[in-house]
Amino acid sequence: MKEMSKIVKTVANFVYGFILIYGFYIIVHGHLTPGGGFQGGAVTASAFALILVSYGSVNSKKFLKKDIFSLFESFGLTLFILLAFSGLGITFFYNFLANYGSWFGDAAVIGVNPGNMNTGGLIPLMNMAVGLEVLSALGVIVLIMAKGAEFTRKKENS
Amino acid sequence: MKKIIFAVAFLIFFSFLMVSAINMRTFGEPTITKMDDYFIENAQKETGANNVVTSIVFDYRGFDTLGEATVLFTAVVGVVALFRGVKK
Repeated sequence: MKEMSKIVKTVANFVYGFILIYGFYIIVHGHLTPGGGFQGGAVTASAFALILVSYGSVNSKKFLKKDIFSLFESFGLTLFILLAFSGLGITFFYNFLANYGSWFGDAAVIGVNPGNMNTGGLIPLMNMAVGLEVLSALGVIVLIMAKGAEFTRKKENS
Repeated sequence: MKKIIFAVAFLIFFSFLMVSAINMRTFGEPTITKMDDYFIENAQKETGANNVVTSIVFDYRGFDTLGEATVLFTAVVGVVALFRGVKK
């Protein structure tokens, strides 16, 4: 993939941070607002795709590294399974942190309320784990497919 | 001949769709409401999360989410295995 014009690169520089912050917002606020790990991860991965398209696969290699994404993906899935196992004192996937008083342990106000970040028990932690997994999984897919497209084009030209 | 067969098949299929659309229940009135009512009444109290959908996805139906995450992981493994010969 070739890099695009200077206008596209400038706009991508400008928008990249906002897309990242929006995606992380969706992930972290998954237990309060519509969205969650999967949706926020997809939004964040779209920011990586934007960088890849605008800067080209050669230039974007400096800040999008496939191995780091791959590591984060495995870490996210493992963290999710570990969080699921951590409630094993009662059942698998038991939400033992909810209404407990410590981390994310406040009781939610019943009914319509503006929302408290410190509620939800394991749900925000699982959202973060799944979000990490999804964003790095889609990042790996995008990076590898860009590499494969480059490879096939080179092969067709030769 | 082929066109007539396709037209007849399409008409039958379309009439089935129309009949089922006419006989559909009105929106928001399922036949069994026990489960929905349970989630709406107790989800906020039990999980402490405001978003009932997230509390279903990550708490009540956690196995489903585990499967989804595994499917995504498997997809990535498949893509990596497909492009394994690509250097640089």
